Amino acid sequence: MDSRRSSRAVIDPKVRQVGFFTSAPLPPDRTQSDPPDPIRSPPLADASSPGNSLSPVMIPPPRHPSDSLLRLPHSPSDAFPPPSPTTTTTSLGDFSDDVTAASSPPPAAARVRGRGSSVKQQGAASSFPGGGFEVPPSVKAPSSVPASGLTTVSVVKLPPGISENAGGSVSVEVQSDRALNSKPLKEKTSKAERRAIQEAQRAAKAAAKAEGIKTPAVTALANAKSAKSTKPSPQRNDSAVVVAASEKKGGDRSVEKDRKKDVPHPRMQYDDKSRVQKLKKRSVVKPTEARNRVELFRHLPQYEHGTQLPVLQSKFFQLDTLHPAVYKVGLQYLSGDICGGNARCIAMLQAFQEAIRDYSTPPAKTLSRDLTAKISSYVSFLIDCRPLSVSMGNAIRFLKSQIAKIPISLSESEAKATLHSDIERFINEKIILADRVIVKHAVTKIRDGDVLLTYGSSSAVEMILQHAHELGKQFRVVIVDSRPKHEGKLLLRRLVRKGLSCTYTHINAISYIMHEVTRVFLGASSVLSNGTVYSRVGTACVAMVAYGFHIPVLVCCEAYKFHERVQLDSICSNELGDPDSISKVPGREDINHLDGWDKSENLQLLNLIYDATPSDYVSLIITDYGMIPPTSVPVIVREYGRGQLWIYEECDPLASPGRCSDAVFFVDGLIFYPSQHLVLSFWFPDRPPSGLNNDLLERSDNFVTVAENGNFTNFEL
Amino acid sequence: MPDTQALVMTFLTSLKNATARQTAELLRSVISQQRVPYTNQAGALIDAVKAVGEQLIAANPVELAVGNIVRRVLHIIREEDLSLTTAAIGELNLSAVSDDENDDDRDGNTTLSAAAVAAAARSTLRPPSLQTLLEDTPVSAAVPQTSSSGGDSEGKTADKSSRSRKLKHDVIEAVNELIQDIVTCHEQIAEQAVEHIHQNEVILTLGSSRTVSEFLFAAKEKKRSFRVFVAEGAPRYQGHLLAKELVARGLQTTLITDSAVFAMISRVNMVIVGAHAVMANGGVIAPVGMNLVALAAQKHAVPFVVLAGSHKLCPLYPHNPEVLLNELRSPSELLDFGEFSDCMDFGSGSGSPLLHVVNPAFDYVPPKLVSLFITDAGGHNPSYMYRLIADYYSADDLVVQRRAIAGN
Repeated sequence: MDSRRSSRAVIDPKVRQVGFFTSAPLPPDRTQSDPPDPIRSPPLADASSPGNSLSPVMIPPPRHPSDSLLRLPHSPSDAFPPPSPTTTTTSLGDFSDDVTAASSPPPAAARVRGRGSSVKQQGAASSFPGGGFEVPPSVKAPSSVPASGLTTVSVVKLPPGISENAGGSVSVEVQSDRALNSKPLKEKTSKAERRAIQEAQRAAKAAAKAEGIKTPAVTALANAKSAKSTKPSPQRNDSAVVVAASEKKGGDRSVEKDRKKDVPHPRMQYDDKSRVQKLKKRSVVKPTEARNRVELFRHLPQYEHGTQLPVLQSKFFQLDTLHPAVYKVGLQYLSGDICGGNARCIAMLQAFQEAIRDYSTPPAKTLSRDLTAKISSYVSFLIDCRPLSVSMGNAIRFLKSQIAKIPISLSESEAKATLHSDIERFINEKIILADRVIVKHAVTKIRDGDVLLTYGSSSAVEMILQHAHELGKQFRVVIVDSRPKHEGKLLLRRLVRKGLSCTYTHINAISYIMHEVTRVFLGASSVLSNGTVYSRVGTACVAMVAYGFHIPVLVCCEAYKFHERVQLDSICSNELGDPDSISKVPGREDINHLDGWDKSENLQLLNLIYDATPSDYVSLIITDYGMIPPTSVPVIVREYGRGQLWIYEECDPLASPGRCSDAVFFVDGLIFYPSQHLVLSFWFPDRPPSGLNNDLLERSDNFVTVAENGNFTNFEL
Repeated sequence: MPDTQALVMTFLTSLKNATARQTAELLRSVISQQRVPYTNQAGALIDAVKAVGEQLIAANPVELAVGNIVRRVLHIIREEDLSLTTAAIGELNLSAVSDDENDDDRDGNTTLSAAAVAAAARSTLRPPSLQTLLEDTPVSAAVPQTSSSGGDSEGKTADKSSRSRKLKHDVIEAVNELIQDIVTCHEQIAEQAVEHIHQNEVILTLGSSRTVSEFLFAAKEKKRSFRVFVAEGAPRYQGHLLAKELVARGLQTTLITDSAVFAMISRVNMVIVGAHAVMANGGVIAPVGMNLVALAAQKHAVPFVVLAGSHKLCPLYPHNPEVLLNELRSPSELLDFGEFSDCMDFGSGSGSPLLHVVNPAFDYVPPKLVSLFITDAGGHNPSYMYRLIADYYSADDLVVQRRAIAGN
């Protein structure tokens, strides 16, 4: 076992390298993998995809499905709810040629690509008709992976009708086990490499499984495609050779870079003196240190509250570096006028929209670089006003990646229009539509006679409650609130106005009120990769008590708030609010014990803003991709964080098994619908779907084999 | 008697902030003013105390300490009576051996022996405690003999009158002792502080309790330096008060909101809280929010220590304590009526108001969440509470209600 492991460990990066280097001819600004950038503008897509197809050979993208090749304008016919009319289906469209060919004017990049996983067998080539594959081992292997026994077989497949234009490529990389084992052990593996190794092992396992069953199917598939692929094959060979020689090293390095990018940046630690000094020099806001800092939270910014706002307001007309819209939003954050993850994110993006509109590239600078720097300075100003939420961080990452992706050829006004619509679409699809989908999902979980408990004030939960009420469901709401913000009061007022029957209480009474509750709906500021729900402080308490009472806890969170970071407690990363609001109780003048005492050395007032709810307490996370268990969060982050949008569906696949008779269930919880080319929500590992005639298939990193009417097809995810 | 009645009435009106000590003092005056008949003085005292106790308990059933003290006083009367009787029987036994045969003519007027039998019988009804088991053995063995025996009647009446005074006196003495215990229980509990708090400890507490603050001060005085997180304990915000006291004593104190308890508890070494009452099963009736703290402590395996004076031990087993042993306080503590007046359209429209506000005063912490009780009698497991309670109360008094057929 060990020996196999190590041998694969060696091989795998090479496999990646092969895959990558075939993609090298892509325009350089597109090859990198990006931070999540879920939405692409239609003009950009239109502009770019023909550009890609002009390259002599259509080559599969490097690693991440977020790649530009998949950018196709969307045809309304095969969209589900049309949340993202432009790009949602692009990545799905390439699952079958005819659909995409019919629906999308530019050539569909229908690719079937296996990374040593799809068709892996000894003597693999023999099972494939020779015509189906160019026989590249001789060409490719020596150049790309010298001295390895790896054989790579690439098939270029074209959509019918536009085959001359190099519509797509199918590359099937075949490795032999013997070759794997023969590779000598490499001494050092970096973190990224080790991860790659793991993935490769999974892929290999999947392949081994597939080998027995699916080889004929794959052959058939290959056969079918062979005819189409014969023509461009010589072309491809040529380019491959050229590329192999020139791009190999660079490709390898950039893959490494991609890998490193996966690891989230360490956050700013405020107990690091030198960095804090550096930060202070740059920042516009000059906060004063809080008097009594809480020792435990030295790593977080602890500043005097209430002093910055007037200072900043007076500076309003002196700041030339900042756009007024950004400035205004910053002040609103500071004063607390805008709070709540979605509201803050939308406000920020709209401010950026305005800033971009008024932006003009200074002479002798490129738009993408200068604008990115500008945005960064805005962001650091906003951070000074209030630390960013995860959702805002994700939105900024998206925006920056979109800026970086703007081709140099694009004129400034075009680029600005593109960015404008990008932001617009991010807001629409990732926040507004996502909320709508969440509401649709969540309403199915509300029955007549339910008593729903919610904590604080979450926009998503509020929408759910209102929608359920509009649907005529009979239920009661318990609103639990806490000091010092008392956000629940506002929610209470709004719900009572709408005619919902509400019970209001404070968080200490949670054990009392939990007896009558049947469901707990919670909002979240972020959901982290280990399933931890990062939310308003007190959420963990509510979830804990609900768990103790065996009451389901449903967390409603848009997928753009998911983050790959992990966190175990609420100490390491948090935000501190104004300590003075702890010592004063508004409306209760009799509580004045601490008047004058807060200057004391020994007294610290701690106003935590967030806490981390362990995933054990969460029964279900309702996102725009469906209802998932907390264990599936990393899957969402990995599969969807890369930037593409998948079509999601309103129906609960488990509730209507007939609907998903052709569904394929993967062991990691993904459900795939070949007939509709959909990847749907997730099934629960502890509650496998029954009455379905599909086997659970194992899935490699980005490649699946799917049974379809007795035929097996390989699809890239 | 009217005096006591007046006292009881004033006490009832002020029961909102009654303490165990006040109850005991009240009962002491009830006892001292109670005229004692020659026969069955204990019974008369018990009846009198029960009558008052019933009123007190009915006035505020949630204030369990009051009921506890009533039961403690009843128990004291019984104990004192018993000890007097045993002493008397000790004397009688000597004579009983001699005149064993001529007992038939005497038993008409030996009411005392009947009372002794009753007391002895009651004492056997009491749940056995190691102490009473050892002490009672000779008594119960003696009972058959004494029942059929009697002293000479004139000697006995003199004896009785002196004893009746003695009983009352003894009872008052014992009640005084009880009051003293209640007063000093804080110090007795605080004495154990150094055994539980070590250097650099981080302690979390919720709300404010005199026992807890004394406990912490005692540890501080012993030169232990430690830090305290105080959860403010909404909606009474007693935590602010405690924080102020702790800061005044020079302790490092951090005041947090109740919602931050879960976030902070992972860095806490020990949770130390006070209690409103401790039930016989080891469950705790405590200020609202305590169950939250206890659950969080259990999740993070932080010891949850409850400090309670022995007068807070309640001999009752809780049934649905969250509802039955709770008190709903005014919604105005949570919501400003003026602010929400537009939402509170009671009676108008559909009839049932849309807005409810729940503001309970107490929480029930089940025994499995409690790591340790520290009482003035030392530290105990929750599972041991029932046993401790048997030492303080007699089984007869668990239901403080005059029987339909009262004795005599």
